[in-house]
Amino acid sequence: MTPHSSYEAVMARRAEIVRKSIGLDYDRYRKGVLAFDYEGLLADTGYDLGAVQAIQCRTAVGNTPLVELKNITALVRSVARRGKGARIFVKDEAANPSGSFKDRRASVSVHEAKRRGYEGVAAATSGNYGAAVASQAAKAGLRCVVVQEAFDSKGVAQPEIAEKTRACEAYGAEVVRLSVGPELFYVFLLVLEETGYFNASLYTPYSILGIETLGQELATQMQDRVGRFPDVVLVTHAGGGNLTGTARGLRQAGAGDTTVIAVSVDLAGLHMASDRDFNRKSFTTGHTGFSLPFTTWPDRADVPRNAARPLRYMDRFVTVTQGEVFYATEVLAALEGLERGSAGNTSLAAAFAIARELDQDQTVVVQETEYTGAGKHPIAQLNLAKRFGVELSRGDPRDNQPGRAIVIPEHPSQIEVVDVDLQHVRRSYLRNALASCPTGAKLNEDDLAFLAAETRSSLADVMEVIDELQGKT
Amino acid sequence: MAEMVAKGVWVEVHGTVLPAGQRAPQVPQDTQGVPLEMRVKGLLVAPAALGEEAEIVTPTGRKLRGRLATVNPAYTHSFGAPIPELSGIGGEVKAILKEQEGTE
Repeated sequence: MTPHSSYEAVMARRAEIVRKSIGLDYDRYRKGVLAFDYEGLLADTGYDLGAVQAIQCRTAVGNTPLVELKNITALVRSVARRGKGARIFVKDEAANPSGSFKDRRASVSVHEAKRRGYEGVAAATSGNYGAAVASQAAKAGLRCVVVQEAFDSKGVAQPEIAEKTRACEAYGAEVVRLSVGPELFYVFLLVLEETGYFNASLYTPYSILGIETLGQELATQMQDRVGRFPDVVLVTHAGGGNLTGTARGLRQAGAGDTTVIAVSVDLAGLHMASDRDFNRKSFTTGHTGFSLPFTTWPDRADVPRNAARPLRYMDRFVTVTQGEVFYATEVLAALEGLERGSAGNTSLAAAFAIARELDQDQTVVVQETEYTGAGKHPIAQLNLAKRFGVELSRGDPRDNQPGRAIVIPEHPSQIEVVDVDLQHVRRSYLRNALASCPTGAKLNEDDLAFLAAETRSSLADVMEVIDELQGKT
Repeated sequence: MAEMVAKGVWVEVHGTVLPAGQRAPQVPQDTQGVPLEMRVKGLLVAPAALGEEAEIVTPTGRKLRGRLATVNPAYTHSFGAPIPELSGIGGEVKAILKEQEGTE
């Protein structure tokens, strides 16, 4: 199984392999050292909202129910000040064919692969997206390879990923399971090179355009149900696609004034490439291990320019603890009769805290759920955590320590969100942007305007931070 | 001698992609100290012995070689025992709602 081409040799061919596997000429959109025509890249795919809806209609994707969580709203009101406690709704994305919103992303990628005559699709993913690509490929009659980071050096599989292996295999995909490490990308490139399949990356324009329907649908459903757009939409945030696509869809539906809040599980202190930490996370997505690096530098993805650019679209960024998410997952099953996967309930946990601060006539939409089952369930995750020596208790969620202690709240009043300082995030983004510039490169006007759009800042603010980072002030 | 597995049986092969110490430069020390391993399932192309080199054809039709690790590999992920720290939550929140109804 020793590859015929070394790590260094394959990484050196990276740009060429990726170009062939996506068929997009990203260079055409370059406008400066850093700038590129983001809207042009998306528009030139030819998939507007109507075209995506037509694809998803044919593949049974989307049009998922919007469910009002009346009992959870009542619970939140019981711990809120008088007159406070917004109505909470959830978009039940578990109703998609493979059980998550990821079917929206996969549907457009697989459609594009088929249209362009690729024999198959490949994706590097350990999560729901693998099952989504495998499911869509099955329906389209394309072959599929999913490359997963699946087990640690002792051979212990993360149960949620083991369930995803099973689901992908049920849809007829080949699953390449790897131990822990970022060299997964090397193996993925080898697979692309050998098979000539389409790269159904999470970060192509197709993947992001596929999610716009989610934002559009929930805006329209709220309009029909409540008579107006939601005040707040909570988005579980990892690589940035969910947030980007949902916010773009909201804007296209006319709900541009809705506050979009990114929510991640706090996994501070755990290293994403660590063999030791791999089975101590209890979450495989929706966590800060993905969301912080991808928000502060989206172009670390497996495509030259990432179509998921979350910092452009988030109004606020908050974290919740592992214990709070497990608690919210239990409450959703017990009070609303919806047993759903915990990672997808990350933004539901935040809803407990955010709805509590809003007025009763305001509305909050939690924009996804995901399926649950063997491996992919709080019981499976907490049994694994205990096996790995993570302490489990009831108590104050502030005492939660990722990898060491999971603290399940004792009461709904204990659930709180912690704000990530967006000014700090913007600064980190700009630092990363500068670090990515070739030595001696000079930023032009397009670059500065691009950085302002990327960070939702004024030109003057961008220039001030750049000067400061370059030691000019 | 290890038992031979027949051609056409569904198996998993295992191999090392990168040995310990030759991992990507950015990986942390603990990961640097262990190999990057790969496991893939498929149908055995020719009879082979467990633990020995074997060739499989995967569901996409790719042919791969590796050490024959498992025959008809099981899905062993499960739920496990109920978690006492979660079991009480349903009752607690229902009690809060009931109490709330009484005060309204």
